[in-house]
Amino acid sequence: MTTVATVSEGTDNPYALSHLDSLESEAVHIFREVAGEFERPVILFSGGKDSILMLHLALKAFAPAPVPFTLLHVDTGHNFPEVLEYRDRTVAEHGLRLHVASVQEYIDAGKLRERPDGTRNPLQTVPLTEAIQQHRFDAVFGGGRRDEEKARAKERVFSLRDEFSQWDPRRQRPELWQLYNGRHAAGEHVRVFPISNWTELDVWQYIEREGIELPQIYFAHEREVFNRSGMWLTAGDWGGPKEHETVETRQVRYRTVGDMSCTGAVDSDATTLDAVITEIAASRLTERGATRADDKMSEAAMEDRKREGYF
Amino acid sequence: MTTPTQLAEQLSTTTLLRFATAGSVDDGKSTLVGRLLHDSKSVLTDQLEAVEDASRKRGQEAPDLALLTDGLRAEREQGITIDVAYRYFATTRRRFILADTPGHVQYTRNMVTGASTAELAVVLVDARNGVVEQTRRHAAVAALLRVPHVVLAVNKMDLVEYAEPVFAAIAEEFTAYAASLGVPEITAIPISALAGDNVVEPSANMDWYGGPTVLEHLETVPVSHDLTACHARFPVQYVIRPQTAELPDYRGYAGQIAAGVFRVGEPVTVLPSGRTSTIAGIDLLGDSVDIAWAPQSVTLRLTDDIDVSRGDLIAPVNDSPAVTQDVEATVCHVADRPLAVGQRVLIKHTTRTVKAIVKDIPSRLTLDDLSQHPAPGQLVANEIGRVVVRTAEPLALDAYADSRRTGSFLLIDPADGTTLSAGMAGASFAAVPQTGTPVDDDAEWDF
Repeated sequence: MTTVATVSEGTDNPYALSHLDSLESEAVHIFREVAGEFERPVILFSGGKDSILMLHLALKAFAPAPVPFTLLHVDTGHNFPEVLEYRDRTVAEHGLRLHVASVQEYIDAGKLRERPDGTRNPLQTVPLTEAIQQHRFDAVFGGGRRDEEKARAKERVFSLRDEFSQWDPRRQRPELWQLYNGRHAAGEHVRVFPISNWTELDVWQYIEREGIELPQIYFAHEREVFNRSGMWLTAGDWGGPKEHETVETRQVRYRTVGDMSCTGAVDSDATTLDAVITEIAASRLTERGATRADDKMSEAAMEDRKREGYF
Repeated sequence: MTTPTQLAEQLSTTTLLRFATAGSVDDGKSTLVGRLLHDSKSVLTDQLEAVEDASRKRGQEAPDLALLTDGLRAEREQGITIDVAYRYFATTRRRFILADTPGHVQYTRNMVTGASTAELAVVLVDARNGVVEQTRRHAAVAALLRVPHVVLAVNKMDLVEYAEPVFAAIAEEFTAYAASLGVPEITAIPISALAGDNVVEPSANMDWYGGPTVLEHLETVPVSHDLTACHARFPVQYVIRPQTAELPDYRGYAGQIAAGVFRVGEPVTVLPSGRTSTIAGIDLLGDSVDIAWAPQSVTLRLTDDIDVSRGDLIAPVNDSPAVTQDVEATVCHVADRPLAVGQRVLIKHTTRTVKAIVKDIPSRLTLDDLSQHPAPGQLVANEIGRVVVRTAEPLALDAYADSRRTGSFLLIDPADGTTLSAGMAGASFAAVPQTGTPVDDDAEWDF
């Protein structure tokens, strides 16, 4: 045991893993653990960068065999067309099976009501929960990261949910060593977050290192946007612009991609991954703080939605 | 403002340190963590604004850095921390994952949880109070969980006039105690989290202290030890068999190396069966390599087509663990329902889960003074004790002292899957404490 704490650890230690290698190894371990312990796992896949990263890690974890999971997308009906196109192309490319749960269908059937603000992200919970019940998924992979938001900082890698998909922070199991306990009663399921310990910068750096292709929406491009509550939103028939809002053409990129109604773009001229990473590293706003209206609702907004079954 | 040079450094490849904090609300732990995040420029504008907003609403004048880390409504309302929270920050030299654990007595299990994956633990004391019962408890948990590095942060030095003798006395007392429990490396640092002394920036008020600040120490402490000195261990997680036209015979054993180093050509034993073979190839997530080490996730291929499945352990032929059905261990009980003698449980060890029965609970340990209480009959939440467990099938178990990953296990309630206890096989502490009560003759303790 060394007691000298002044020697900086560089690459001179042949066994020192880089932070990206450590995170990758951990995520792969989690995917394989679920494959070994669960009957019907599913990966939530939207075509956004976190779910693209998740799929990439899953492909690596089981190569040269195919990924032993299906995919599920909860489609708000307000998704960016380029992201949906990417989603379908990726699914076809890897011969995967995709289930889609549609918020629009729920609204059309009168099972869900449109919110006055037009935001559909909170409406995803019911279709998600019902899809899990209907397909009897026992493990549901999400791309949630603990650095995203305060309530998520308390989330476990294996997060137990009851039959209503509810999250109870006091019922979560202590997560000891790398021993993930996924046992659950019939009807319950486990949400699994393999990239819990990654930060936004880690995700981008890894995407660059691995040469993972992303939808063009993540890079600077000209787009017709309007300003609402300080965010640049894409004009579209989902509910904008309203009378007092004016559309202008700006050069923007998206840091995070979700529902059109609550995902804002940032002014940017970063057209390459390298340029995007430099911008992010220099940015003084968190990913969600800059671009997600849905987390700003109240001090405990995410906590409340997680309790109801949201990710 | 970040300069291009700083950016380049920030984006360079660094290592990752996982560490845990222990201390109570009153010791200023949230303030220390907030200060680390704030002064290392890891708090972004919108997070800081949210904290400023929330502080104003509570009628506080200055932003309360503790609010950066107290995430749940119940915690903010009661001003406490109720669970382990994970924080992420980075400097140009290293990336950090912090398990922020509450320090109240009823939350021993949270500290055990945080310490279980930590390479380093920061134990906080209030300079005015010195080493108290709770400090000893935190030191004991760090020792029990075999956390390689312990930092004693003597906080609130501003309230004792930054006096060196106050710090020196506390550091000496703590170091003697922790060393007696076998903590291998202890670093004491005098700080004021509130004023910012020696957290990130060196203190102008304590020029008598010549050591590193908390952050400097975190940046430079070694994270990977000499793996060649460890027993190599590979728990099999999953068998990869594509059975495609191109790969009709591919059979790979996927898993994360739990300890040590594996090389192609090395003779290995598969436990518990005891069959032997040789490593034919190692696939490192798409690359074929000759050598791999902990904690890499790899796929091993063997020269012989022997029966290997999830739950088996692959180890070098001349260095494999004993296989046993009788487990003697120290456990921290983490569930609200008790663990009793005679109880039927599941034991999850590496990738193997088997039925087991609690044969005996020889003693319960009080962490405050390390006194033992023979034959408690049961353990309740947050208690630590010795257990003897008989398993239905053999386990390839190491002593926790030799290997944290292959010497640890969970006890699980078969009825609903609740995690009951966190177990560490073998002796409790690395060394013999000089304090505490005399040993009972029949105790399993190694002191």
